[in-house]
Amino acid sequence: MNKKNTIRAVVALTVGVAIIAIGDAFLGPFAVRILNLSAIYIILALSLNLLNGFTGLFSLGHAGFMAVGAYVSALLTMTPAQKSMNFFLTPIVPWLDTVQLPFIVALIIAGLCAAFVGLLIGAPALRLRDDYLAIATLGFAEIIRVLITNAQSLTNGAQGLKAIPKYSTTWVVWGAAAIAALFLVMLLRSSYGRTIKAVRDDEIAAEAMGVNVFRVKVTSFVISSFWAGIGGALLGHMITTIDPKMFNLILTFNILLIVVLGGNGSITGSVLGAIIVTVLMEALRFLDMPMNLVFIKTQGLPGLRMVIFSILLMIVVLYRQRGLMGTKEFSWDMLSAKALLAALKPKKRGERARKGGR
Amino acid sequence: MLRTDSVSMRFGGLTAVADLNIAIEKNEIIGLIGPNGAGKTTAFNMITGVYTPTEGKVFFKSHDVTGMKAHRITHKGIARTFQNIRLFKDMNVLENVLVACHLRMDVGVFASTLHLPGYLKKERESKDFAMSLLESVGLADEAAESAISLPYGKQRRLEIVRALATKPELLLLDEPAAGMNPQESLELMDFIVRIRDQYDLTILLIEHHMQVVMGVCKRMYVLDYGVTIAHGTPDEIQKDPKVIEAYLGVE
Ligand SMILES: Nc1ncnc2c1ncn2[C@@H]1O[C@H](COP(=O)(O)OP(=O)(O)OP(=O)(O)O)[C@@H](O)[C@H]1O
Ligand SMILES: [Mg+2]
Repeated sequence: MNKKNTIRAVVALTVGVAIIAIGDAFLGPFAVRILNLSAIYIILALSLNLLNGFTGLFSLGHAGFMAVGAYVSALLTMTPAQKSMNFFLTPIVPWLDTVQLPFIVALIIAGLCAAFVGLLIGAPALRLRDDYLAIATLGFAEIIRVLITNAQSLTNGAQGLKAIPKYSTTWVVWGAAAIAALFLVMLLRSSYGRTIKAVRDDEIAAEAMGVNVFRVKVTSFVISSFWAGIGGALLGHMITTIDPKMFNLILTFNILLIVVLGGNGSITGSVLGAIIVTVLMEALRFLDMPMNLVFIKTQGLPGLRMVIFSILLMIVVLYRQRGLMGTKEFSWDMLSAKALLAALKPKKRGERARKGGR
Repeated sequence: MLRTDSVSMRFGGLTAVADLNIAIEKNEIIGLIGPNGAGKTTAFNMITGVYTPTEGKVFFKSHDVTGMKAHRITHKGIARTFQNIRLFKDMNVLENVLVACHLRMDVGVFASTLHLPGYLKKERESKDFAMSLLESVGLADEAAESAISLPYGKQRRLEIVRALATKPELLLLDEPAAGMNPQESLELMDFIVRIRDQYDLTILLIEHHMQVVMGVCKRMYVLDYGVTIAHGTPDEIQKDPKVIEAYLGVE
């Protein structure tokens, strides 16, 4: 990095921190919620992008790892009084009743638990052909939900957990998002990161170059699960209520949407995508409500928002196959007038095909 | 250096390679030739661990490596190139070589990610080594270019460089001259002899056209329909009636 870019980076970082500080101080609770939700979605999108975009693995189990993280962190931080209030049907298992850990410790344990579950799922599933991973992880996410629903004395079953301590402040979630982004950038720029991308580009060649392809896939899967667990835990500590129904396939789909919109294989893309999608999701919430447009009164169509988003996704896939950023990352040169013009000019189809082919 | 002990590979009812016995001494350049579908690539795949032979054994430096995982075999010192070029397409030329350097770096995921001092030192050494390799084959100027944007001949050379970056003792080249004109093929053969001397290698070379490898190979094996039909020096092979018959209509 040259000196000019260092100065630019410091300025950008300061501006970013200032925006968050101003937002945190002056925005209303609803807007702060969107601000913080963006940060959590950044973490989740980055972790899924590590699999989908950088390792070339297709996983549909993200909600499952989030659930693990959310429950572990909630149960480890709630006071005994809060626990007994929640568990009024069946008492909580005794060994968990009095446990109460500091938030940071609980958060890290939550991530590690999700990572461990990732290892249990990934190690057998990744031995099979890649297509099976999607099925295995999809099944796993459903199984986790069923387990949580039925492990009454551990998770309070279908009632879920309420009054989870609200630890996910603006600084906590944005700090976590910054660490997650930094972690992934450093990982992917490293020698190990190159082997991850090599596995994505050509498994057979990677293996022939001495890369232990299976091990790389498992490692990537476990790291992704870790961050999904962290994201899930932060989500729980933000909305303060969790239940098994929350961690369904739609949640995974939303994250996938961010990754694809932002650009499969671009960290910048995931960050931008997370912010755009979160803001739009909330801004378009009115679509699901009954509408009174002077002449037309609609009944309120729950799910209309998702329809809009699905259409958006299709448009992106049709017109910008590789998402907002493609596999590119942000660089200052990108902001020069010449580069902006080039980015806006649509690429010819043939050109792309030639670049992609051997 | 390398010895295969009656290895065979069957795919269902098809015997792609039958009873192959190859023996290569250190620093030799040996040819493996034969018409289309003769089983040459399959032989490579058995030696490098892509396939486990259905019968027979593979020995490398008198160690049994039969059925070992491909990346372990690379670790032991066998590297290869591919007939249909397999470069990492979303990476530049230097990164392609650096992937191959990783196995000799011996750094884990955390040391890498945290950019620990030990890792940084090894990374710098790898970069220097990769650049010196690229320089020695005249690809240093293209280091930052996308690997698949290179012209065909340079992609082939890059594949060889990438294999060299794993620091092999035995190098397997699968039709490195494919798609080249006679002049380019000749240059490539000179290049192969040069890297053999420079990096103290032993080379097994697949080639379709006998003439290309005549000049560089000390001995060759000729496969046809998976069967070894001849083995000997280029002169002996050229006169062998079975070889002439197998190649009739091909050449
Ligand atoms: N994975 C596989 N499954 C089934 N059959 C295979 C497989 N790999 C190779 N074969 C068959 O084995 C035979 C030998 O193939 P191989 O690729 O080894 O030939 P080759 O000598 O390399 O030919 P070429 O000069 O065309 O590269 C062919 O008939 C091929 O169809
Ligand atoms: Mg072949």
